Amino acid sequence: MTLGRSRALLTVIGVTALWLFAASSLSNAAPPDATQIVIKDFMFGPNSLTIKAGSTVTWVNKDDEPHSVVSDTGLFRSGAVDTNETFSYKFDKPGTYHFTCAIHPRMVGTIIVQ
Amino acid sequence: MSDQPSLHSRRGALKCMAYGGAGTLFMLAGGVFTPVDLAMAADNKPGAARLGKPLFVQISDTHIGFNKDANPDVNGTLTRTIDLMNGMAEQPALIIHTGDITHLSKPAEFDLAQQMLSRLRTTELHTVPGEHDTTDPTVTEYFNRFGKASDNKGYYSFDHAGVHFVALINVLQFKPGGLGTLGPEQLAWLAADLKGRSASAPLVVFAHMPLWTIYEPWGWGTGDSDQLMDQLRRFGSVTVLNGHIHQIVQKVEGNITFHTARSTAYPQPTAGEGAGPAPLKVPADQLPKMLGVTSVFVVKHPSSLALNDTTIA
Repeated sequence: MTLGRSRALLTVIGVTALWLFAASSLSNAAPPDATQIVIKDFMFGPNSLTIKAGSTVTWVNKDDEPHSVVSDTGLFRSGAVDTNETFSYKFDKPGTYHFTCAIHPRMVGTIIVQ
Repeated sequence: MSDQPSLHSRRGALKCMAYGGAGTLFMLAGGVFTPVDLAMAADNKPGAARLGKPLFVQISDTHIGFNKDANPDVNGTLTRTIDLMNGMAEQPALIIHTGDITHLSKPAEFDLAQQMLSRLRTTELHTVPGEHDTTDPTVTEYFNRFGKASDNKGYYSFDHAGVHFVALINVLQFKPGGLGTLGPEQLAWLAADLKGRSASAPLVVFAHMPLWTIYEPWGWGTGDSDQLMDQLRRFGSVTVLNGHIHQIVQKVEGNITFHTARSTAYPQPTAGEGAGPAPLKVPADQLPKMLGVTSVFVVKHPSSLALNDTTIA
């Protein structure tokens, strides 16, 4: 390997590292992580989430079993959310919203919108 | 165990169930299970005639659309189940499906399930939905196909050969954190339906989720089933059939016999084993032994019914 080629390779690695760094810091700064609820082992995690009005909450299912997200008041109702699928809902008005999984009703959670 | 019906104590009957395995026949007489050795199952062996006339076969939890490791071929295992049922020497008068016909309530899953079930030689099919059949946002896919019998309510009754059948729905009105629910409207309908019926008429009650509490933390039960039992208790022969938990669990309480059926798709863990009732992965050669159907025979028409569980192994 010539010096020129290895330098070019190092540059590529450097640029890739920078890009990855930028991407990770972007995702750290962006709000979506704070409005995500992971469904795992038949639980919503977290099962209580406080968000600002206008935020969108995304539920992602990490179980081998389908789950659903159903508002107690009928405001929102996902279909079956299968493994690695997601469901999102935008909360416009402040309030407290309870939800459950209609397939496993012992799974419950709350969204508090400020 | 002898292959002739013999009277045992209830304790003896329950003990028998513990090691009964794939082919034990339970004859229901006077509310007490009498175990009868059964190697015949759905085979057309000579002894099968002694079982009496097959009244119906219960099929449950076909979960068409499921494709995870626990059984990547639910269509194949349902096909084997249907072949087994079609191979019975004397065909049952009707088939009861106790729900979770589909896995995700998708139209294509329902269409495929209906197409497959149409291969059954017995054409009279009665269904109740499971919670997997009612997860579509509008809860219409099941009712568009199977709602006619109940005027889209999900509960209905019918009579056959002197037996009164009651189909109940307990997967719609979940209370958060709670069990399945029948609801006051359905219970009031049932009271009217049973009013004036002779206590000697055999009753078969079926719903998807267990109508008695098997394991509350996993929602294996129905919150207001006490009110149902109050209505059933006066009858001399009551058979309660459910699905949902993908394994056989039985109980006898007075004249009421409770029974949950195996799935044709995949097994689930026993109550409390693991984080939740997720599909249970077992070695491929074990799977057929954990899938199957329940046949119900009229033993001494019309006074008693016999339950027989058959695997597809």
